[in-house]
Amino acid sequence: MPDLTPAAWTCPLPLRDYPHVVMGHGGGGRLSADLVEHLFLPAFRNPALARLGDAAVLPPVPGRLAFTTDGFVVRPLFFPGGCVGDLAVHGTVNDLAVSGATPLYLSAGFILEEGLPLADLGRIVDRMAAAARAAGVAVVCGDTKVVDRGHGDGCYITTAGVGVVPDGVTLGVQQARPGDAVVLSGPVGNHGIAVLCVREGLEFETRVESDTAALTGLAAAVLAACPATRAMRDPTRGGLAATLNEIAAGSGVGIEIDEPAVPVDDEVRAACDLLGLDPLLVANEGKLVAVVPADAADHLLAAVRRHPLGTRAAVIGRVTDQHPRLVVARTAVGGRRVVSTPVGEQLPRIC
Amino acid sequence: MKYLTEFRDGELAQKLAAEIRAAVTRPWAIMEVCGGQTHAIIRHGLDQLLPPELELVHGPGCPVCVTPVAAIDRALAVAAAPGVIFCSFGDMLRVPGTREDLFAVKGRGADVRVVYSPLDAVRLAKGNPARQVVFFAIGFETTAPANALAVHQAAQLGLANFSVLVSHVLVPPAMEAILSSPANRVRAFLAAGHVCSVMGYHQYPPLAERYRVPIVVTGFEPLDLLDGIRRAVRQLEAGTHAVENAYPRVVTFDGNRAAQAMLAEVFEVCDRDWRGIGTIPNSGWRLRGGYRRFDAEERFAVGDIRSAESPHCRSGEVLRGTLKPNQCPAFGTTCTPRTPLGATMVSGEGACAAYFNYGRLTAVGTERATCPT
Repeated sequence: MPDLTPAAWTCPLPLRDYPHVVMGHGGGGRLSADLVEHLFLPAFRNPALARLGDAAVLPPVPGRLAFTTDGFVVRPLFFPGGCVGDLAVHGTVNDLAVSGATPLYLSAGFILEEGLPLADLGRIVDRMAAAARAAGVAVVCGDTKVVDRGHGDGCYITTAGVGVVPDGVTLGVQQARPGDAVVLSGPVGNHGIAVLCVREGLEFETRVESDTAALTGLAAAVLAACPATRAMRDPTRGGLAATLNEIAAGSGVGIEIDEPAVPVDDEVRAACDLLGLDPLLVANEGKLVAVVPADAADHLLAAVRRHPLGTRAAVIGRVTDQHPRLVVARTAVGGRRVVSTPVGEQLPRIC
Repeated sequence: MKYLTEFRDGELAQKLAAEIRAAVTRPWAIMEVCGGQTHAIIRHGLDQLLPPELELVHGPGCPVCVTPVAAIDRALAVAAAPGVIFCSFGDMLRVPGTREDLFAVKGRGADVRVVYSPLDAVRLAKGNPARQVVFFAIGFETTAPANALAVHQAAQLGLANFSVLVSHVLVPPAMEAILSSPANRVRAFLAAGHVCSVMGYHQYPPLAERYRVPIVVTGFEPLDLLDGIRRAVRQLEAGTHAVENAYPRVVTFDGNRAAQAMLAEVFEVCDRDWRGIGTIPNSGWRLRGGYRRFDAEERFAVGDIRSAESPHCRSGEVLRGTLKPNQCPAFGTTCTPRTPLGATMVSGEGACAAYFNYGRLTAVGTERATCPT
């Protein structure tokens, strides 16, 4: 496990010539090679990457391939509970995991802004490597480009991932059926509020931390406990609301959630109330929603709660043939309301 | 946190709702003045707990909704001016002007920034002496004191690169405009708790007396709102018209004197246009003489911009309480949060958006209930 504290991170000799990213680091010459040799290779160490070919050559895999890609442009680069590096691993790994795949390989494309401290890049890459190891994936190929100062937010990362889907697993948002139960793995809104607070300089008495985490193990636990799982999704941007609406629309069913059953941390709820945001619409990065046959719900819930990332899991609602394609919440006071997909980003309200 | 859970207690809410149902003997229309109250009512589904005879009418108290289209157009022009950092609260960015919104101007390269306090804009001005920093100062008595403080602070700091685009509005004149309208159906008000936390409620007894209308100062949590409605219903059924304070943990009769003094120092009352309603006499604030140099409208000469509302938008009737959002032909069809015709569909606190986002299940007919966003 590398030391992730910024003070402890030091560049090997060739990189010390430039304490910050310069245009030459993306030029494909000696400086680029130094970056690869002294920074990326030691962090991501694996035989496929070490060959430094134009493409990673990988052994055949048993089963169907799952393949996904995602871009990460979070600002600031470091936030409570994570950074753009582990986010870039978790985001892609989780898209594979909730598709029922066992994640195997990642690629990583870095777009660096001239002037980014190399110490920061080192921290990002170290955390990325640690996240990849924890998720059981190898970063086997990559690319680095540098853009002029002022043309980026320090560091953008694009990751693509490949995994293998075992026989018999067919998850999809088209498969929810009336009567199914909806299970959520834990409290929502932490990632979005953590990033918002640090980005906008908002201070609360208690610090909210991002929930960024790899869902590989949790998703596997879901499928092991309930092979008949209909659909799995990780609610990220657009929050829980967008995910539930995708399932409702995909399956042509209604979803009814019991709003008080949706776990939300007190600090997140307070911040949302203050800013006029709905926690159901705030981004997450380490949560999972599963739609399962009703008779499997209790067994699944017990299995999820045994996993470290699912201790606060809850059955939050059910699929219904009423109000097709709409998600409806039963509120704490006994009313009902529609939970819509956000139009765009949620905007803090005026008062 | 305890406050939030206590004021959202489901059992107590059901009890209050039952009391209201038992008390109502005939139809009444009660207006919740504030957009935050509208939002809370729909978000918590409170309207469904009430008897059918009781109609909640949504008032003009959404600051984003009532900001006139001309003010938005001025903001767009100022934001697009070279060298400007234009600061706004987040929910103003999607409000359409005559042709576009602040997001579109930002997309073309303008430096538009979301701030959480007008004092952030003052800090930006201090840190960017070569740029003009403009703050879009909109809203009711709730936001005005902080905006006044920002101008006052800029004056103390001697900042020559800070200005405010002012479009402040006042609640009591709007309530009076509603009551004096021949089309008025409102029989009682839930006064806006946040406004009263600043201004107190000493302005309301003459209004209650003149129009024989109960006014209950009400907060924003489900139990606050149900208690406010219960008190209003009791008065209506008893034929009384007093001003009651159902939000005493926040509101006093006199209000926040320090905030009022800051307002009086920086602002003076003026006539003001309201989006969808028109001009209401003495219903707004503008910068007082000594602070006019901070007026962005004059600094950027954008006072004469021509503006036009969508001819299909009936948000004015919604804001006056004479039309329910779902009674508008454009609701949920040509007018949605994605393609809003007017501000009441844009703002999270706008009555139309509240109906669309939270109330589609029961508030509209089956055909529109499933319309995609």
